[in-house]
Amino acid sequence: MKNNIRQTALDRKMDRIRALEESGRLSTRLTSRTARKLLSNKLAVLGAALFLVICILCFAAPLFTRWQPGAISLRERMVQPSGEHLFGTDQMGRDVWARILYGGRISIVVGLGSALGAAVIGVTLGMFVGYKGGWADRLVLKISDVFLSFPQMVLIIIMVALVGQSLRNMILIFILTGWPSMYRMARSKVLSLKEAEFVQALTAFGISPMKIAFKHLLPNTVGPIVVNITLSTAMFILQEASLSVLGYGVPQEIATWGNIINVITNAGSIRYDWLGYWWMWLPCAAVLVLFVLAINFIGDGLRDASDPTQIG
Amino acid sequence: MENKEVLLRVRNVKTYFPIRKGVIKRTVGYVRAVDDISLDVYRGETLGLVGESGCGKTTLGKSILQLVPVTDGSMEYRFQDGWKDLRKLSRKEMDNARQKIQIVFQDPYSSLNPAFTIYGSLEDPLIKFGMKNRQERIERIARLLEDVNLPREYMTRYPNEFSGGQRQRIGIARALSVDPELIICDEAVSALDVSIQAQVLKLLNKLKDEHGLTYIFITHDLSVVEYLADRIAVMYLGRIVELTTSDELFGNTLHPYTQALISAIPVADVRKKKKRVPLQGDVPSPAKPPEGCTFHPRCPRCTERCRKERPELREYTVNGISHFVACHLAVAPVADG
Repeated sequence: MKNNIRQTALDRKMDRIRALEESGRLSTRLTSRTARKLLSNKLAVLGAALFLVICILCFAAPLFTRWQPGAISLRERMVQPSGEHLFGTDQMGRDVWARILYGGRISIVVGLGSALGAAVIGVTLGMFVGYKGGWADRLVLKISDVFLSFPQMVLIIIMVALVGQSLRNMILIFILTGWPSMYRMARSKVLSLKEAEFVQALTAFGISPMKIAFKHLLPNTVGPIVVNITLSTAMFILQEASLSVLGYGVPQEIATWGNIINVITNAGSIRYDWLGYWWMWLPCAAVLVLFVLAINFIGDGLRDASDPTQIG
Repeated sequence: MENKEVLLRVRNVKTYFPIRKGVIKRTVGYVRAVDDISLDVYRGETLGLVGESGCGKTTLGKSILQLVPVTDGSMEYRFQDGWKDLRKLSRKEMDNARQKIQIVFQDPYSSLNPAFTIYGSLEDPLIKFGMKNRQERIERIARLLEDVNLPREYMTRYPNEFSGGQRQRIGIARALSVDPELIICDEAVSALDVSIQAQVLKLLNKLKDEHGLTYIFITHDLSVVEYLADRIAVMYLGRIVELTTSDELFGNTLHPYTQALISAIPVADVRKKKKRVPLQGDVPSPAKPPEGCTFHPRCPRCTERCRKERPELREYTVNGISHFVACHLAVAPVADG
């Protein structure tokens, strides 16, 4: 009997909240709780920290290394990690640490830039055309079908052959091949939402379709969009790497994470024991994995934080 | 009833949805969701609109709000500066009309944006209709919530934190936010528990008195409109089959369809044995309505004439009350008094 009456910690907490509510102090805050939820998610904070550290290291590379990524020194080929060369040198005597930092700039720009570009185009089209419907919707849908029905890699190779090999072309091509899946996702989300009664209520108030699509429907699609951006960032970074293997990626002489790792997988250079020369690829692979992981953590955090049905 | 002022005059409204087939989307037929409906809505009344699912009652409501494209007919609304057909308004005039006519929806779970707080959901209409100051909007929304018996603190919460009845009340608050004259309640209580239904109906009645509202109350539940409505229109397959005051409809039912509906209302009294008038079959497809009286395949008193000739909605005066009914068989009982 006594147990029933005793107040638990939870009871006391609820009482405190009720007291706050009754005195009206709990009410005035109109800011969304998205930021609060994001900050209380430890993995997301860790991911964001990791992301920031890697970005700062890469974009402020000259502060962290005195070597140039392209400086060849044939006398110092494949030297072990030391105080001089933090992660040793590769088979052309280039400093691996410098290459990772400078290469990161390009990989991050290609990966994140392409993913964001594809998302902006795909989501904009999906939200607006999908909401409006009609012939424009059917047209864009057919165009995206055409893009999706090609194997993406083949499409990219054809395009590289057509427009030439450069960093800018690379990003444009990734955006061009990447938007259809974003568009499809945004469109399907909009189609399921646009029949909802809250949309009809907004129409009954005469709110413009543009405002309904981008202000009222977009926040409902943030979760899948963010997850998709993080996944495709990772995918584009890896795709850039595999294109480099085929010789269609960013030109070989420019350091990128893909190019650094590919130095090892290059068929011509597997004359030596690549496990023994771990420093030439392992640090770079580790940074790549950490970066992709960080982005995924941030994406998961954003998805959960933007989901209003989750308490935080 | 006689000296009441007409607020909305609906004449011969038809809303057809094309049935499209094939690659080139050729129109092969029409679903006649609303088929030639005329009715008047008086200021300050509650007009019940009753019928089975698929009879076009919701489409009629949405047609009045111009949420669906109307095929034909006119809907004149009495604005301050005279009658205007809602179908022929310019965009700016339509905005003005949207401020006068609002809607409360059926499904409380999809009628609020899950990603927005209540404040976020209710804010945009207020901005659109000229409330630019944020503090003013907060104050206004707080008052609206209190109007529907919810604490003002709820404006910072998300829809998933509320029960169905609470959400429905928020939906009502949203409709009220622009000070409308006419509110179309589209099955506004049918998704709720009976106990909550009563609560919301009471609230609707209270708001009607406080704000001087007019309701068009769309429902499939006759017992709800019996409680609420001044006049009731019974719809069947896109047409009105009977329209009169609530008392007259329940006291002197003329149309066989209405009789069947009324006999189907459950009565919470075991001693009271009611004679059911069971209906055979299903509602025919509104794409291919039957010849003659659309109700004849299911009518227990169907005659040869009903199969051939479509009865018009005629006005009779019974005991001094106007009683519209569309039935060949109604003439005799009316003549008998």
